[in-house]
Amino acid sequence: RPFAPPAEPDLESKMNWGTFYAVISGVNRHSTGIGRIWLSVIFIFRILVLVVAAESVWGDEKSAFICNTQQPGCNSVCYDQFFPISHIRLWALQVILVSTPALLVAMHVAHRRHIDKKIMKRTGRGSPKELEHIKNQKFQIIGALWWTYMISIIFRILFEVAFLYIFYLIYPGFKMVRLVKCDSYPCPNTVDCFVSRPTEKTIFTVFMLAASGVCVLLNLAEVAYLIGRACKRCLAGSENESNPAWIGQRLSSYRQNEINQLIADHSLKSKFSVAKKVPTEREERCSAF
Amino acid sequence: MSWPALYAQLVGANRHSTSLGKIWLSVLFLFRVMVLMVAAETVWGDEQSDFVCNTLQPGCENVCYDQFFPMSHIRLWCLQLVFVAAPTLLVSMYVAYRNQGDRKKLLQSSGRTGFLSSKNQEEELEALKRRRLPITGPLWWTYLFSVAAKLLFEVGFMYALYVVYDGFRMPRLVQCDQWPCPNLVDCFISRPTEKTIFTVFMATTSSICMVLNGAELAYLVTKAIAR
Repeated sequence: RPFAPPAEPDLESKMNWGTFYAVISGVNRHSTGIGRIWLSVIFIFRILVLVVAAESVWGDEKSAFICNTQQPGCNSVCYDQFFPISHIRLWALQVILVSTPALLVAMHVAHRRHIDKKIMKRTGRGSPKELEHIKNQKFQIIGALWWTYMISIIFRILFEVAFLYIFYLIYPGFKMVRLVKCDSYPCPNTVDCFVSRPTEKTIFTVFMLAASGVCVLLNLAEVAYLIGRACKRCLAGSENESNPAWIGQRLSSYRQNEINQLIADHSLKSKFSVAKKVPTEREERCSAF
Repeated sequence: MSWPALYAQLVGANRHSTSLGKIWLSVLFLFRVMVLMVAAETVWGDEQSDFVCNTLQPGCENVCYDQFFPMSHIRLWCLQLVFVAAPTLLVSMYVAYRNQGDRKKLLQSSGRTGFLSSKNQEEELEALKRRRLPITGPLWWTYLFSVAAKLLFEVGFMYALYVVYDGFRMPRLVQCDQWPCPNLVDCFISRPTEKTIFTVFMATTSSICMVLNGAELAYLVTKAIAR
């Protein structure tokens, strides 16, 4: 039993990460170029490596953790003392939590599409072709979407750094030791316990930490890029009109859409009735977006 | 457990949810199902094989394991997720029932007047399938009932977990004196700290889902009162 073969990552685990990737990469259409690179790094260098390689390396971490004693229970207790949470679980949680802020952007885009659809229906252009066009429309990262995107990147950076810090707290240093000395009850005196595959684990730990670092750098670069683009737009915009008026116009048109949605919620009784044309709000919307 | 199939079913019902309902579904699948599948199942994988008692008496380990773990955390969480996801299917059933009624009415009316050509009729039927019903009337009651049922199931399962395992903390050592164990023996649980971490994580996400359900209830009630 001590030298049981490592657990192979089963097909189900690969399928689950595959579904996860499908959900997250839906956001790809509305990302910047750096955002797409970040997503590829996450998938190829972190999820794929985690599933294909790292899980086999850590597969026998408990069964091959041997202490120099025959006292029953000493192995379990010493393993629990030195490995409160396995590296693999920590990295899996990190990848899941770091990827979820991207869904904020997806929710915002879905909300915008919903509003656009309502406006189109009310102005009488609710044909299937127009609705398909809305579904495939790519939104520019300006206005409220810019803020949502910015917040999502900042959360990504925060989660990434938080997990790196937690990793440092639990396992100070990236090197996996060969031998740990343990004296918790019920181990008699101090016993030597041996960790399985320490060098391979060190290599993978360094790799995953490096991939995390690269992701943090990519996120920081994306923040800088977005701020730079926004400043360029501000400067270009200020040549034509004053900034507060531009922002005010966008905010007011967005609020107008919200108000229209509220009106639509209250007044729409049946979806089969013909919608009335409202030309003025359409003009305002076009000028803002 | 075929979680992707469950996800496919729930996403269909998602169209008729409020925004809070959509957020609830994402939290459910990303933070609970995903974490359960990817991480928690490996942590609990060796729970019985690595449950070691300080005795050579055959059968003692089995009996003690059974006494302290009447039902594994993983199975409890799977059941919880299945029960919590089920009320959403009530809503899809009601929507399907409404659609069927409307389709019958449409076919009847077209048969009577004879105006609509077959192509027009197909377009109308397609629009019927794709429309999003407003949450009013009987749909509102169905939806309210489903959210209340979700909340009840969450609370029930959380309480059951708390009662069966005496809190969310997993001890390192349990003492057992069931027959056939001679006297009192020490039994050691494998990976207790990691199990505690995941139990706390799942309890936290469960509470977040409860809060979302509560907020959705409040939103539905205020919207109805405003109407």
